[in-house]
Amino acid sequence: MADELMLEIVTPEKMAFSGYVEEVTIPGVEGEFGVLRGHEAMLSAVDIGQLNFTRNNKKVYFAVNTGYAEVTSNKVTILIETAERSDQIDITRARKAKDNAEARLAKITRDNEDFEKMRAALARAIARISTAEKEPSR
Amino acid sequence: MASLKDIKRKVGAVQKTKQITRAMNMVAASKFKAAQMRMDNFRPYAGKFMDVLNSLALRVESISHPLLAVREPKRIRVICMTADRGLCGGFNSNLIKATERFLREKTQDGKDVSLITVGRKSRDFFRKKANVINQYVDVFGKFDMTLAVAISNEVITPFIKEEYDELYLIYNQFVNVSVQKPTVVRLFPLPSIGQDVDAESDKRLDYLYEPSEEALLQKLLPMYVHVLVYRALLETSAGENGARMAAMDNATSNCEELIRSLTLKMNKARQAAITAELMDIVGGTEALAKG
Repeated sequence: MADELMLEIVTPEKMAFSGYVEEVTIPGVEGEFGVLRGHEAMLSAVDIGQLNFTRNNKKVYFAVNTGYAEVTSNKVTILIETAERSDQIDITRARKAKDNAEARLAKITRDNEDFEKMRAALARAIARISTAEKEPSR
Repeated sequence: MASLKDIKRKVGAVQKTKQITRAMNMVAASKFKAAQMRMDNFRPYAGKFMDVLNSLALRVESISHPLLAVREPKRIRVICMTADRGLCGGFNSNLIKATERFLREKTQDGKDVSLITVGRKSRDFFRKKANVINQYVDVFGKFDMTLAVAISNEVITPFIKEEYDELYLIYNQFVNVSVQKPTVVRLFPLPSIGQDVDAESDKRLDYLYEPSEEALLQKLLPMYVHVLVYRALLETSAGENGARMAAMDNATSNCEELIRSLTLKMNKARQAAITAELMDIVGGTEALAKG
């Protein structure tokens, strides 16, 4: 179809997704942005968060880690260190990770060297939980 | 001379050894296949990543990032990456030897050397011989990118804080199933990137960058370290199993040879026993006939 967009999600483990989609929303470092076919060419850093795309009028959600997205007018390549589809997420583990990170963060100050690490862990856990909750079966 | 019974027992023992080595060979073969598949899966990621990194480096005039800072190398840190388990030929010992040589050279130059070991074999060897500041053991059974990220973070932060000046990674480069080459690569300061690409082929001219090219490049540099470490991990895992396959294949054929020569010996001993017995009988009947 003329208004379709090729999407590739590449992780070190595997090609997490490859196929034509109608629209994709990417969690960029400077805010979430949506891409349709015909988007101007761009390169953007991707932050920890939730990525989603529409394929055959159905939304698919992924929790992603840091990486970048390369957009051309008919193709989007997303390179990230991890990508988990909403139905593959272990939500109990994510909740536990969130509680751990929150408890740890409450105890340490901003200049502690673990602070950034824990903040990232917390962001990852939150992204996972919110992505997993999109799954209708839960 | 060994008796017939002794030889028989020995043949049985060698046969059992052969069974074990053959089984280990097959296990290593299937693990090797899995490791190779992971390397194949990683290739598109690494390729695309390097492509973008190089083209970004080309666009940014001068990159200043703490990971690129060149300081006088007084304190050196080394990551030594071996397998967790042995029985894989010279895979671990060659690498340990290479590491030892490297450490000796640097120590002789008056550098302060510290070591991070990955894999049980390097930990066991260097535990008492060198200044081991961190260790990762039993990691190769099941690992993913998070291990590479953990190792990278372990070295990135102290480098930025200027706790040491240079970082080397020593690992077995995977050439093919039977050849692994111990290799020393300098990780920090990161070797300059974007040198080996020509500006003509660059196709990302009219791109929008979010954030700016510089900021993006700074974000990608730590990821570059993850890529390098992950690749070394994958190559170690594939190389270990390839080396074990070859070693066990050798062991199996040695067993076969041993069995063959032992069986020959056994048959000869058996034949000798039969001949002796026959002689006895013949001698006995002859004596009776004469009598």
